[in-house]
Formats: sequence, C-alpha cells, structure tokens
Amino acid sequence: MAYQKIENVRISGISACVPKTVVSNLNSPVFLSGDDAAKFISTTGIKERRIASADICSSDLCYNAAEKLIGELGWDRKEIDCLVFITQTPDYIVPATSCILQDRLGLSSECYSFDITLGCSGWVYGVSIMGSLLSTGCFRKGLLLVGETTTKTKSPTDKSTFPLFGDAGTATCMEYSPKAPPMYFHTGTDGSKHKVIYIPDGAFRNPTTLQSLNSEEVEPGVTRNRLQYIMDGGAVFVFSITKPPQSIKILMEKAAVASEKIDYYFLHQANKIMVEKILGKLKVPVDKAPTSYESFGNTSMSSIPLTMITAKRTDLVQSRLNLIICGFGGGLSWATGYVTTDHIVCPELIEI
Amino acid sequence: MQTMMEKFIDHFREALDAAEGKEIKMEDRFRDYEEWDSLRYLSVIAMIDSEYDVIIDTTDFRKIETVGGLMEEIRKRIKT
Repeated sequence: MAYQKIENVRISGISACVPKTVVSNLNSPVFLSGDDAAKFISTTGIKERRIASADICSSDLCYNAAEKLIGELGWDRKEIDCLVFITQTPDYIVPATSCILQDRLGLSSECYSFDITLGCSGWVYGVSIMGSLLSTGCFRKGLLLVGETTTKTKSPTDKSTFPLFGDAGTATCMEYSPKAPPMYFHTGTDGSKHKVIYIPDGAFRNPTTLQSLNSEEVEPGVTRNRLQYIMDGGAVFVFSITKPPQSIKILMEKAAVASEKIDYYFLHQANKIMVEKILGKLKVPVDKAPTSYESFGNTSMSSIPLTMITAKRTDLVQSRLNLIICGFGGGLSWATGYVTTDHIVCPELIEI
Repeated sequence: MQTMMEKFIDHFREALDAAEGKEIKMEDRFRDYEEWDSLRYLSVIAMIDSEYDVIIDTTDFRKIETVGGLMEEIRKRIKT
C-alpha cells in the first residue's frame, strides 16, 4: 500500500501568485445564454477565474511566489539544497524548467533540481517528495514550486473545460527539523483511465502534425483541436467522489488520527459539487473545508496552497494546525496527506 | 408509504432541477428532456450515490436509456 510516514521535516512557509486578469463566467461567450451561465455557476460555484496573458508562464507565477516567500523567511539562497518544480505547462519541452528557475532564483549550482509532471494531485505529491528528500538531513532546505497556466490548454469554446479552470503558481518552503511531528501520506494511481483527462497530440506518442491544429466540432458549439485538453466530466466526477474520500479514510485510520483533531480539510478545488460531495461522504461540515473555487476556479495542482493563502492565511501564520490535504485528478492520480503546520510564513496573495 | 418507484421519481425530478409538477414516466428517455445536460447528469450521479449508495460509471450509464432502465440498474446494484 502506498502509505508513508515521513519524519524530521517541517513546512516553513507557503505563498501563491495569480495573474491580475480576472475573467467572469457570468458574461462568458462560452455559454450560449445568460441562463446557461447562471446554471453553470450555481452547480460549480465558479464565478470568476484568473487568466495568464501570453507572456506569463507557470514558472513566472512560481518565480514570483518563491521570491516573496524566500524574502519573508529570510532564507539565504545558498542554503537551498533542492528545488522541485511540478507542472503540466513547462516553459519548453526540453530542458526541465527547474533548471531555468535555479538560475533565475539565484540558487547554488549545487542545488538538486528536477521537474515532475502531475496534475491536480501535484502539490500533495510534491510535499511527500520534498519530505522524503529532506528527512535524512542530507538536504536541509528545499523549495517546492507547483503551478500551472492550465487555461492555455483549453479550447475557449469548450464549455466542459474552459469556464472551470484558472491559472496560479505557488511556492512551498520545507526544511529538515528533528522536532517536527511526522507527516503521513496515502497515494493512488489508476493509469487505465489516462484518457479521461488528456491532450492527444504534441508530445511523442502522437507528435504535432498539421492535422493537430484542425478544430473539430465535437458537439454543437464545442470545438477543439488535438493540442487541447479533453475531459470526460462524468468519469472524472465518479472518480472524484469515490477515490479521494476512500483515501482520506484510509490515511486517517493508518495515522490513527480522529476527525476531531483536524482543524481544516484542504481539498483540491475542482468545483463546488465535487468538493461538497466529498465532504458529505466524509461527514465533514463545510466550514472545516475552506474554498477558493468561487474566485479562482479549478487551479489544478495549485488549488490547495492557493486556498490556504486566500482563505486561512491568518490562521496559518498565528497558530498550529492539523490539516488533511487531498489532491486528485489527471492520471488518474490522487494523494492525501496529514500534516501539521506551526506558525508558518505566508505572504499575502501576489498578483502579477 | 411511497414505493421505490415514487421515491426514485421524486429524487430524479429534484436532481434535474425540474418543475415540481413535471410528469416523469418510467418509459421516458431522459436524455430527451429539455432540462438534460452535462451538469444535470452530474447531479443525477450524485443523487444516486447519496440516496442509494450506488455509483454508476460513465460507460455503464451510456447504456441506460430510460428512467425505468436507470431505476432497474440501481435496484440491481443496491447493497443489501
């Protein structure tokens, strides 16, 4: 079973950065009528989203989040021993964007740096990976950068994807700390459903050809080309109301943590109906599960740290909190963590 | 006492967000309802999960055509 207990590591700080541009769903041309838009908003809860302009990449959002966080923590950049960057929208196919960020952030050439491709499970996975890297004490300080300009992969006429997503980037600083309470993780994968969230062309299984750019009408008013994101909404919904609650239950049982001990459940912000359904299955009251989808949409792997910053920043700064974190999405891939934060550094939301 | 069929029709009408007076018959092809769309589909899946503790995945759901067919599928899968 993919269960881990990681010791000697603490989360020191978290920051998030979003593009300035706000797009409202109520007036979005993707809906055929105002009535359709209102129905969409009442089901998904997503009123508006942030969209990155052509010149903003995931790495730019993460860079700004990292600069601010490193500054507020007062970390010496030379002491950052590892950098992990998780995205599905890198700067280039080659090389790894983490190498570009190492230079841009002025980190040491001795910094252990690499990229990981994962979707909405990415941040929770990242915390477990960074935790493993730091727990022996060989590396002392680590920088986890997680972000995506997910709107750039969506067809603007696809109402099954376009109005759901928003762009964001985050930075999480973690460090070796023998006094820190353990972190616990449970993770799962079901690659038999890899086409449920999928971009067909553009890599090496189906390289880009001229045909990749042909827009096809897949249903009335919905056009998409083969370089754009396809989501089987029904299948994702069934997955999301099944695996994440199961994983949370498994983890809490394994870690022997009672629900009364949990201060907040930070779930991936897919949308209102999914989040509320998962909470219902766990019998968790909605006020224990802060949200950010209303103003930012589904920000993919950034959604959990973005919610922490936008909904519970003061709490994170001023108190010690026991948290369940759970990310789930493309792959299919899901990851749950039980972590304690203790007066962490959280700069206010950054906008560029 | 309401029968399973009456209860199911009430839940189904509610999941569709349809008018209270909307007549729903077992032989209706629900995809032809004016209310039916991808969001209502999610509400119906969510309703079946909450009310009957049954999850029907997309592949199986596609094979179901009528309201009665859906109720039968749920009846078959209800955990006893």
